[in-house]
Amino acid sequence: MLTILKKLCETSAASGNEEAVAKLIAEEIRPYVDEVYTDALGNLIAHKKGTSKKLMFAAHMDEIGLVATCYGEKGQVYVAALGGVSPQTALYQRVRFSGGAEGVLVPDGKLDELGKNLSLQKMYVDLGAKNEEEAKTKVALGETGVFGGSFVVQDDCIISKALDNRAGCAALIYGLQKAENNVNDVYGVFTVSEELGLRGAKAAAVGIQPDYAVALDVTPTGDVSSTNKRAVALGEGVAVKIMDRSFIAHPIIKDRMVELCEKHSLAHQLEVLEMGGTDAGAIHLTCGGVPSGCISVPVRYVHTPGEMISARDLQGAGELAKLLIEEGIE
Amino acid sequence: MYLSELTALPGVSGNENAVRTYIKKRIEPFCDRIDIDSMGNMMCFKKGTGNTRKTLMLCAHMDEVGLIVSRITEEGFLKFKTVGSIDPRVLVSKRVLVGEEGLPGVIGRKAIHLLSPDERKKAPKVKELYVDFGAKNKKEAEKQVSVGDYIVFDSEYHEFGDGLVKAKALDDRVGCGALLELAKESCAWDVCFAFTVQEETGLRGARLCARRVQPDLAVVLEGTTCSDIPGTDHNMVSTKLGGGAAISFVDGTTSFNRKLVAWLYQLGQENQIPVQYKQTATGGNDAGIIHVSAGGILVASISVPARYIHSPSSVISLRDYESVKALTKALMQEVEYADNIEKIM
Repeated sequence: MLTILKKLCETSAASGNEEAVAKLIAEEIRPYVDEVYTDALGNLIAHKKGTSKKLMFAAHMDEIGLVATCYGEKGQVYVAALGGVSPQTALYQRVRFSGGAEGVLVPDGKLDELGKNLSLQKMYVDLGAKNEEEAKTKVALGETGVFGGSFVVQDDCIISKALDNRAGCAALIYGLQKAENNVNDVYGVFTVSEELGLRGAKAAAVGIQPDYAVALDVTPTGDVSSTNKRAVALGEGVAVKIMDRSFIAHPIIKDRMVELCEKHSLAHQLEVLEMGGTDAGAIHLTCGGVPSGCISVPVRYVHTPGEMISARDLQGAGELAKLLIEEGIE
Repeated sequence: MYLSELTALPGVSGNENAVRTYIKKRIEPFCDRIDIDSMGNMMCFKKGTGNTRKTLMLCAHMDEVGLIVSRITEEGFLKFKTVGSIDPRVLVSKRVLVGEEGLPGVIGRKAIHLLSPDERKKAPKVKELYVDFGAKNKKEAEKQVSVGDYIVFDSEYHEFGDGLVKAKALDDRVGCGALLELAKESCAWDVCFAFTVQEETGLRGARLCARRVQPDLAVVLEGTTCSDIPGTDHNMVSTKLGGGAAISFVDGTTSFNRKLVAWLYQLGQENQIPVQYKQTATGGNDAGIIHVSAGGILVASISVPARYIHSPSSVISLRDYESVKALTKALMQEVEYADNIEKIM
């Protein structure tokens, strides 16, 4: 699973520009499913035909990033955020645009003076361009960019940008590939624009009309920081979501997930998240209500270039997806 | 001209009847069927000239921002709430028309010499403002006005300067006016001219239109922010007045399909129609709710830049208005040949 995860993390997919990751995933899963198609928004949908109720999985392909909004005379490229980009975290990060140009996000003015008012409006990407004309040849208006952050495996620990949510994508790919049979009519959906407000999942759910839904996403841990009191810890196994800000997991799904973990001796932990949201939050409110849950991969330092997960937890998430496909939800 | 008449009509969100009636009468001769749903959205269908059974939805919202009466004071003044997003600083001393009858009034606030030093530093809050429509007391006021009556800006349509227009409600009567004129044009695809309600209160009407029409492509025609004015940081200038039809690539509610965006921009350039990108990622319009409806809908947004938007005196350039119409007309003509649109879908 780490081979595909590395490829996924090293591919750029800022919200609204997920095509490259979609292409990579489509190639991986095509031999294992009955059909693969893309909807009008760019959601990649893999269908494993089955006779029982429709079960939809959703893992978002997009990562937080930037969009080029205008140029400055000295070759600056001004940007706006795509998703939850913290200005403090973003400062002096490398930015890679979808056309291939690279630059550094720097403050427009003295950092001391910007202080607490630091915002993306007061920053720009320096491409090393001499002037506006040269900047225009490197980056087009509306072009998206992502932050750098190389992929590193260190024992059980994986550090990379975009583990939110290539980890969820890798787990779903694993489940679709390894499942030897399926009970439910299974739709594996790799969604777009989750970081902009669960947009892709919302549309895909209405298109598919599932009976049940399971999102695969990352969840912040509470194991190192003294300020975040959360039970979820890195390396303790796949997390079964109880709730976050966007939804409360339905007992049908949550209980089934715990049952499968216990039956197959899969290390797991329960997750109560006081913040954030995931695709299930949008899906469960569609089609007259869809019982939904979420398989989470615990992550430290979410939305930074140094996101950190445990390979064991990721493996657990993949196994749980596989078990859900094989043994189903009735 | 449609624009001068459309901007004169009252149509605060939830009270779009006058605008709908005006449009219906004029669009009827060019359409095959008109549906009005329970919320008040009006969908005008025109059969395509081609053989494909594809549908293009062109969308403009009929409503404008305004006020609503929330309480009548003992002295006969009208306390109000805003409908849609309005900066309270633009309200003080503005002329308004109250209720169905359109009774003239003025928005008042305590005079500066009566404000505490602290109050002087702060922007006024809506709760500090009131409408004075000349009533002697509560009893007299209640004879003419009820709580829940709408209040609309009293602001005339004026052409001035180098082809500019000042009026209220240019957001989005420019879209309505453009659709009225485009209804006369032909298109290979079936076209639904959708006039939506309650955009300003949260894209509420468009959701129903999108679900009912389920178009293959939706294009939202809008009035959008224009901040090419003194004191704005260079990188916060969203659009330029007179810079042409503004095409959005990303805003607060939609990340638009970049291939479609590029195709539209190119379409403008090939047809010598001035086009510009909306260069900030803020704001939002009906596209935001349309694109996530009905299993996902491909959507674009073409706007007329409007300075001082959401105020009684917005300013647009008639050339930009013409550019938006011309670009949308070119889209209607070319949509059947656009190979890349087929690929996008």
